[in-house]
Amino acid sequence: MDLWNWLEYGAWALSALFGLHMLVDWLKTDSTYSEDVLTSSREGELEAMAEEHKVKS
Amino acid sequence: MTQVDITSPTMDGMGPHGTKVGLLRVLGPAHVWALGVGIVLVGEYMGWNFAVGKGGAYAALIACWFAGILYTCVAMIDSEVTSTVASAGGQYTQAKHIIGPLMAFNVGLYLVFAYTMLEAANAITAGYLFSVVATMSGHADALDQRPFIILVIMFLAWLNYRGVLATLTFNLVITAIAFLAIIVLFLSTSGILGGGIMEHAALFEGHELPYGWIGVLAAMHFGLWYYLGIEGTTQAAEEVRSPARALPFGTLAGIMTLLIAATLTWYVCSGVLPWEFLGDGVNGSVAPLFDTARLSGSTALVWLLGFGTLFATLASANGCINDASRAWFAMGRDKYLPGWFGAVHPRYRTPYRSIVFLVPIALIFALGAPLDQVITFSILSGLLGYTFMPLNIILFRRKWPLNSIKRGYEHPFHPLPAITLLTLCGVTFFAVFLGYGTQLVAMVGFYIVVSLWFHFWRYRFVNRGAQFTMPWPKPQGY
Repeated sequence: MDLWNWLEYGAWALSALFGLHMLVDWLKTDSTYSEDVLTSSREGELEAMAEEHKVKS
Repeated sequence: MTQVDITSPTMDGMGPHGTKVGLLRVLGPAHVWALGVGIVLVGEYMGWNFAVGKGGAYAALIACWFAGILYTCVAMIDSEVTSTVASAGGQYTQAKHIIGPLMAFNVGLYLVFAYTMLEAANAITAGYLFSVVATMSGHADALDQRPFIILVIMFLAWLNYRGVLATLTFNLVITAIAFLAIIVLFLSTSGILGGGIMEHAALFEGHELPYGWIGVLAAMHFGLWYYLGIEGTTQAAEEVRSPARALPFGTLAGIMTLLIAATLTWYVCSGVLPWEFLGDGVNGSVAPLFDTARLSGSTALVWLLGFGTLFATLASANGCINDASRAWFAMGRDKYLPGWFGAVHPRYRTPYRSIVFLVPIALIFALGAPLDQVITFSILSGLLGYTFMPLNIILFRRKWPLNSIKRGYEHPFHPLPAITLLTLCGVTFFAVFLGYGTQLVAMVGFYIVVSLWFHFWRYRFVNRGAQFTMPWPKPQGY
């Protein structure tokens, strides 16, 4: 076993760690917040708030 | 103007439609530049040289500049429309507002496929790079590339999951290093700093256009590689602090950077590597900038361009995850796809379900599909997207002429860029047909089938009340 064999194992382990972290956080978030809050994002919020358009007469 | 407290800690600075958690507006022009250039720069490090194989070095240069014109038109058109329709989803949201739902559905799918396939291709490339380094460092057996391919996708997905600011700041740093590496290589090998090693005249003699002008046409297919993905800057529209300023600034600075990088790349590589070797991206020069650095005899340049190649690959995959997830999220939010995908993480403020959902899809393509097929599917989806843009801007200008709505940027010489873009797209479709006709027909067939599915089934679920969210006046003629 040389360094690269160890790096292969390390890459497998890190991949699993990143995947597991996302999975656990995803499940925790979905069980903590209601679907209404999580999917409340609406398109065009800033524009509706800050823009004012007038057609030139 | 609607009276809303944009500093409210409970309503996320938003509110008129009831958003409780939305994407975070934290990005500046430099992040937009990093997103666009980051996705593309890997095309300078590898891939563009197939154009040399198709028609010789001069053909690759002509393709470089004609594709540069194509993408300059793309950048100008995108800057105008996106600085006005500043929402996640980019061209998908533009199509929804300007053309209609069926076009929007198709454009959304072009985006997701183009970026997810490109992400898979980058991960495959990163795995290959690790195996080359292993071999160069004396590793006896063949390296198992799979754990490195998976690690690239998982790490970058995790970074994207945790927040857009860190993700694109990371992209900014590694993209800047990869770009500077090209500049340093040019300065060191062209004779500006120290002795030059360029042999253009000797290498080109007798091989000016080895396959004639048809070779130049065929080279256009791979000419796209120099710039493919710059249109991805539009996906940051909902997360920049000032869309009207940051999007045009970042996008146009990005295309200027790429025009410089592409021309320098062609110059240094074609002046050092024989065209037969340079043009064979499989058995010849897989990474031409790295190969040029190796021939320079400088160990420092070899290391710099080695890291440049890896960084460009990572930046591209990183930007692709960002863009594909925003397009998928925007389609979910409008119920073009299940509304479940339209969720935003309440802490990290990212479209976390879309990010996680696209991970296994990228892994399947990265581990199970051949690289050339993955890249071809990405290019063809991108090309369909570029064909939509001229139609989009012509309709946009006709429905909402200048001065009828506020625009962050107004591109000059309309309709010349739109006509130029449409013409160059036609030429490139023909060039692609010469090399990958079967894939082109298969892919168009695929989009026809999913369009029928959307029209006859999915459209009934679409949130039709949210089709048009911009506070604009009625379009002219309606």
